[in-house]
Amino acid sequence: MASAAFEEIVEDFEFLDDWEDRYRHVIDLGKAMEDLDAAFKVDVNKVHGCASQVWLQFYTEDDMFRFDGDSDAMIVRGLVAVLRALYNGLPLNEVAAVDAHAELARLGLNDHLSAQRSNGVRSMVEKIQTVVA
Amino acid sequence: MFDVNKIRSDFPILSREVNGKPLVYLDNGASAQKPQVVIDAVERAYAHEYANVHRGLHYLSNLATEKYESVREVIARFLGVRDADEIVLNTGSTMGINTVAYGWAMPRLQAGDEIILSVMEHHANIVPWHFLRERQGVVLKWVDVDETGYLDPQAVIDAISDKTKLIAVTHMSNVLGTRVDVKSVCAAAQDRGVPVLVDGSQAAVHEPVNISDIGCDFYAVTGHKLYGPSGSGAIYIKANRQQEMQPFIGGGDMIREVRKDTVTYNDPPMKFEAGTPGIVQTIGLGVALEYMMSIGMENIAAHEAGVRDYARSKLDQLNFLHQQGRTADKGAIFSFTLDGAGHPHDISTILDKRGVAVRAGHHCAGPLMELMGVSATCRASFAMYNTTDEVDTFIDALHLAHDLLG
Repeated sequence: MASAAFEEIVEDFEFLDDWEDRYRHVIDLGKAMEDLDAAFKVDVNKVHGCASQVWLQFYTEDDMFRFDGDSDAMIVRGLVAVLRALYNGLPLNEVAAVDAHAELARLGLNDHLSAQRSNGVRSMVEKIQTVVA
Repeated sequence: MFDVNKIRSDFPILSREVNGKPLVYLDNGASAQKPQVVIDAVERAYAHEYANVHRGLHYLSNLATEKYESVREVIARFLGVRDADEIVLNTGSTMGINTVAYGWAMPRLQAGDEIILSVMEHHANIVPWHFLRERQGVVLKWVDVDETGYLDPQAVIDAISDKTKLIAVTHMSNVLGTRVDVKSVCAAAQDRGVPVLVDGSQAAVHEPVNISDIGCDFYAVTGHKLYGPSGSGAIYIKANRQQEMQPFIGGGDMIREVRKDTVTYNDPPMKFEAGTPGIVQTIGLGVALEYMMSIGMENIAAHEAGVRDYARSKLDQLNFLHQQGRTADKGAIFSFTLDGAGHPHDISTILDKRGVAVRAGHHCAGPLMELMGVSATCRASFAMYNTTDEVDTFIDALHLAHDLLG
């Protein structure tokens, strides 16, 4: 079961027929996201396997899983925002059970998870799973 | 008569769709698509004419050897080389340049000796020379391009000192499309007794190349960019340089006799061709080059110049786009960035949704990226089968990218 924030994105996407509007929406989600503090844009937070630069900064708040993130590519930054909606606020022990592939499929964005795509969504999901393992 | 529609019909992949749109393939600088004659040649070779080369005495081995060896002559003709024995067959430019680095340079160069490179070399023509810097203290001397991407041959010549042992320079930049006057460089270098290696990976695809006229010592080409199979290629090595070289990779084919305590090598060029080669790939490359020559390299160059001029006139009208590489006679290779926040990967992703395939990244040219002050660019690189209609589709997609990312 995905978070309310993610369900909201799914609802928004239901009104978007073509890919251009979906991409525009993903990019807007990225633009609306707060920048990651430069102090966190360090090697240890970098997600490898992305063609662009991506950073994820993990923490917990009231025992709930959270992360902030950023990328120098706008579409990837938007995808970071989507993943934050999907994962943030979950109890730590529920993070591993999230089927990111199935959830992103609901947005028509699951092609970003295929192994050879270099945008790094797959690497981001793998990093999230490593962190909670 | 150059008929681009006829040529397009020779390449089956060009009629496919990508993301529901007709494919507009503008990533030819990375690798070119294959005409049906090459695909057929590969299939025929495996289906009817396959065996290992050089060793067998049976019918198929002789047939495969004949087909494979005949490609040496085709490449020589394609590159304007008189003696086919100066053509060393390999897997591409990377292998060719490493063969020279390990076989010619490493045994000869000493600490303090200099190799001159242009700043717009591909990593394949940089990293092998870094090995010499790291391992034996060879000094790499870099020659910059100006703000238009022009490389002044005189600047290369002026960099020659008594310590210079080699000049390694591209014939056409894979990022900027800049053509380099390698003939002038070679003439001056020859006067000073300095050999010149030319990376022809891009140039040989887009213009007639005549090595006898250029006068270089080494000239590397890559099959997969020449409409041939991946894993094929060649390097021209002047006969006297072959005599100066040690073999780089040891194994079968490159030997005459092996005993417990001695080994004698085959004569060049086979001395530099260890192991079972890319037999079918090389046969396919021969067919690809024959295909190009049947169209005519002058005709290909003229068509691409037309597409280049059209693309440039359209790109010049986009006030949100910044082009890297502005020389007038450049090849049809355009590097660009968009003003504002759009990352080259964003642009490439959006173009792809419109069926337009371009490259985004550093294009294996780190030093050039550093000089230009960018970490990545987009690159649209054209080939003989691209059309002005495709330029229009590309431009439309750029407008969309600007709209989405702006």
